[in-house]
Amino acid sequence: MHTLVAVLAAAWVLTGLGGRAAAGPGAFDLEAAASRLAAPATQKDVLGELAGSSDPAVERLLRALKDGALYAWKGRTVLLGDDGGLTDVAGRPVLDSQGQPAQLESGAEAVALDEAHFGLVRRTLERFEVFGRDPLKRQSAAFRLGTSGDPAAIPVLARALEGETNGDVRVALEDALAKLRLRSSDAADRLGAVKRLGWRASEAAVPQLQALLAGETDPAVRAAARTALQDIDRFVVQRNAIGYLFNGVSLGAVLLLMSLGLAVTFGLMGIINMAHGEMLMLGSYTAYVVQEIFAAWFPGYVDSYFVVALPLAFLVAGVVGLALEWGVIRFLYGRPLETLIVTWGVGMILQQGARLYFGDQTSVNSPTWLRGGAEVLTGLIFPWSRIFIVVLALAALGALWLLLYRSYAGLNVRAVMQNRAMAACLGVSTRRVDAVTFSLGTALAGVAGCALALIGTVDPEVGKTYIVDSFMVVVLGGVGKLVGTVVAAVCIGVSNKLIEPAIGGTAAAVYAKVAVLVIVIWFLQWRPTGLFAQRGRAATETA
Amino acid sequence: MSAWSRREFLKGSLVAGSGLAAGIGFPRILTAQGKEPIRVGILHSLSGTMAISEAPIKEVVLMAIGEINKAGGVLGRKVAPVIEDPASNWDLFAEKSKKLLLQDKVAAVFGCWTSVSRKSVLPVFEKNNGLLFYPVQYEGEECSKNVIYTGATINQQATPAIDYLMSPEGGGKQKFYLLGSDYVYPRTTNKILRLYLTKVKKVPESAIAEEYTPFHHQDYQTIVGKIKSFSAAGDAAVINTINGDSNVPFFKELANQGVTADKTPTMSFSFAEVELQTLDVKPLVGHLASWNYFMSLKTPENLKWVKAYKEWCKGHGIPDKQCVTDDPMMHAYIHVHLWAKAVQKAESTDVEKVLRALEGLEIPSPVGKYKVDEKNHHTWKPVYIGKIREDGQFDVVWKTKSWVRPAPWSEVTYPGRDCDWSNSGKGSFDVVGGKRMWLSDKS
Repeated sequence: MHTLVAVLAAAWVLTGLGGRAAAGPGAFDLEAAASRLAAPATQKDVLGELAGSSDPAVERLLRALKDGALYAWKGRTVLLGDDGGLTDVAGRPVLDSQGQPAQLESGAEAVALDEAHFGLVRRTLERFEVFGRDPLKRQSAAFRLGTSGDPAAIPVLARALEGETNGDVRVALEDALAKLRLRSSDAADRLGAVKRLGWRASEAAVPQLQALLAGETDPAVRAAARTALQDIDRFVVQRNAIGYLFNGVSLGAVLLLMSLGLAVTFGLMGIINMAHGEMLMLGSYTAYVVQEIFAAWFPGYVDSYFVVALPLAFLVAGVVGLALEWGVIRFLYGRPLETLIVTWGVGMILQQGARLYFGDQTSVNSPTWLRGGAEVLTGLIFPWSRIFIVVLALAALGALWLLLYRSYAGLNVRAVMQNRAMAACLGVSTRRVDAVTFSLGTALAGVAGCALALIGTVDPEVGKTYIVDSFMVVVLGGVGKLVGTVVAAVCIGVSNKLIEPAIGGTAAAVYAKVAVLVIVIWFLQWRPTGLFAQRGRAATETA
Repeated sequence: MSAWSRREFLKGSLVAGSGLAAGIGFPRILTAQGKEPIRVGILHSLSGTMAISEAPIKEVVLMAIGEINKAGGVLGRKVAPVIEDPASNWDLFAEKSKKLLLQDKVAAVFGCWTSVSRKSVLPVFEKNNGLLFYPVQYEGEECSKNVIYTGATINQQATPAIDYLMSPEGGGKQKFYLLGSDYVYPRTTNKILRLYLTKVKKVPESAIAEEYTPFHHQDYQTIVGKIKSFSAAGDAAVINTINGDSNVPFFKELANQGVTADKTPTMSFSFAEVELQTLDVKPLVGHLASWNYFMSLKTPENLKWVKAYKEWCKGHGIPDKQCVTDDPMMHAYIHVHLWAKAVQKAESTDVEKVLRALEGLEIPSPVGKYKVDEKNHHTWKPVYIGKIREDGQFDVVWKTKSWVRPAPWSEVTYPGRDCDWSNSGKGSFDVVGGKRMWLSDKS
């Protein structure tokens, strides 16, 4: 900031403009204004005059006044810099009689700012934030000035627009100017502003447009304002519809990702794995651990931790799944109730283990390339992390499909699941196939957990929030059918996200879930086998 | 009772024997410490879901007891803590408090966090005339004779936060989105805030939105979308009473959908420095919280306390990253000293006498002046608004001019209702026709 001020000051001096020649309506004798600032009697008047200025020298002057760095020195007003040097109001260094940089004598007292005018100075200084360095700050300063309804901000915004190169900030500045010009006394100005806001479909300007419409007398402006409001309204409805649809697809992808593994272990193999949620949890904790390791040992590469975490989560959950199959589940094939209870117990052990080791709440930072989102329409942002999850879900689905239906190993898996005895007779090692398939299911859960950590929490009980939804998806889709899982996930996701905004009230999120559950139950009453029923001999055997 | 049976004889001799043993054993202890120590109970969850918040409270209570003992104890006696772990289980809270009061005969208990746990121990304390010090901000509408509430009431946290948001420094907000988890604290807080906004602040009903999500809710897409539309004009703020883990997906979604703290700030009442240490703070930076205390306060007492706590952490194996102080810890630390001061003043550990001594008792604290109300068993303290920083600490951006009077019954929901436990008082009362109607008489 200081270097910026210094550069500005230098430019000022070089171009030989000085405070006196500042362009625009706020141009007047700064030196005189500064000396009147120093006198308590005239301070208020001067502040009022300066409030409409867009001159950077005024910003410097007011900041010095607020920070207590403005001094009366040998009959003139000077500013004390951080380095102890003095400058005049135009930013030129002040020299003493020997031509050396002047110093304040000790005991000099700064010009006092009256407590009552502090707010005015603060508001005036806020206007200058549209010249700041950070584009985001400039954007929000522009927005704030636009809603302030303060016509004194117009020249400041206009000057900022002249020098602005960032596209987003330019749009924000133009919006802000339009909003302020709604209050202009010139009907043509108002008309232009209304048209601009309508064209931009600016939801933020609705209150101002409504206020304008209430007091407007000019028929052309009235008509334009009405059209603008209608345009904005129509745009908002369309935009929201797209937004809800994206939310639905994104939730569908989350559900798909978390239930793909279950589609294998429960859908194909018929194992009721109540520890499925904990397999997701393992994936989330893998992401957390890798992140911490990167933060501690490779702080320069912390952004790429996720690239390592994702395959590692696959491995960790896969290995744990293998151990679970080998240690417990293989003894319980064909005994679903025992499997249910035992895997539930295993889930609790894993939960408690995580609690003892990691504590109760940790969280995963998204890498910077997955923060924020893409603004597809004004006011509608698709977060990168959600887009990433949609893509990942599709990729995982594609890989699983290739593996099951287009590879020799997949053929073995399907053969064993459809007719175990026959497959064994043909020389397939059903033991190995069981173990590997189960491990594949848990590994997929690990990947899901790792990805979901980007948008959710990482805590020992996180599995509980996933397990019910996962089973619901697989059962609704039809046990044993991959395509069923996909369709069910998307259906549940989209219908949930379309119902939720339609319900309203104070607990829409709960009621939307209840409504979806009721629909699912009703559907399963009607078609117990789910959306895509397994056909053929194997299905009738298991039924 | 003419003839003693063998069994009764055995029992009798056992009692006599143990009495004798005690008689022989005790003088040695007495000569070592002067007198028998005063036992106090600590009833905070050290395991389960609440441990993350409650375990640090146990540390500062122990630290305060250590300080008191180092300075010679109370009434010339040492203070001996009895620690019970109710494991985040509400029923266990009642059981353990019964054990502390009846078996350990503790002079006071420092404990509880959630309102459910407090409600579950309340009958035990009232029946056995115990004394509970409760350090956490809560929804009010309660005023027990046997509890000293040191945490904030709604008018010491939530309503000043609204005042701040509506002030020029707070951005002059005119619209409020009340978002919380679906349980008693958010519902009661929001009920009071809605009345406060409409009646006192003259905010129209249409400028208030209210929404609740279940515990562990993960998907905040729709709600953040609603908040975006609600706050499009830049004149709205979110009042957040979401509990625990759901804050993570909520703030991540806010950040990802481009809702900035600068334009639409979120004011939270339920997480402080301790909880922030475990979260990804980046999406939260710039958002606000309202408390009676922040670790970053620059009062001399606070600098001293924080330094002492850092020492304590070193001596007790608490990693530096987790060694932070926050609002409930400050209240817990101070109320141990309050109790000791009251016992000293009353020259007794008798609950009635200690309660008398606590009335209007003032004590220096990390937030400056701090006192127990003369009548209603709550405490006076200032309110601070803090802005979340990258390091999980807060920048103080606003504070009340002086300490704030505690109002367990909110002025807007129960006009005229208050609470008085001083000499003539019988607890909560309504004023009907200029006369006090005690609630205890009504029922």
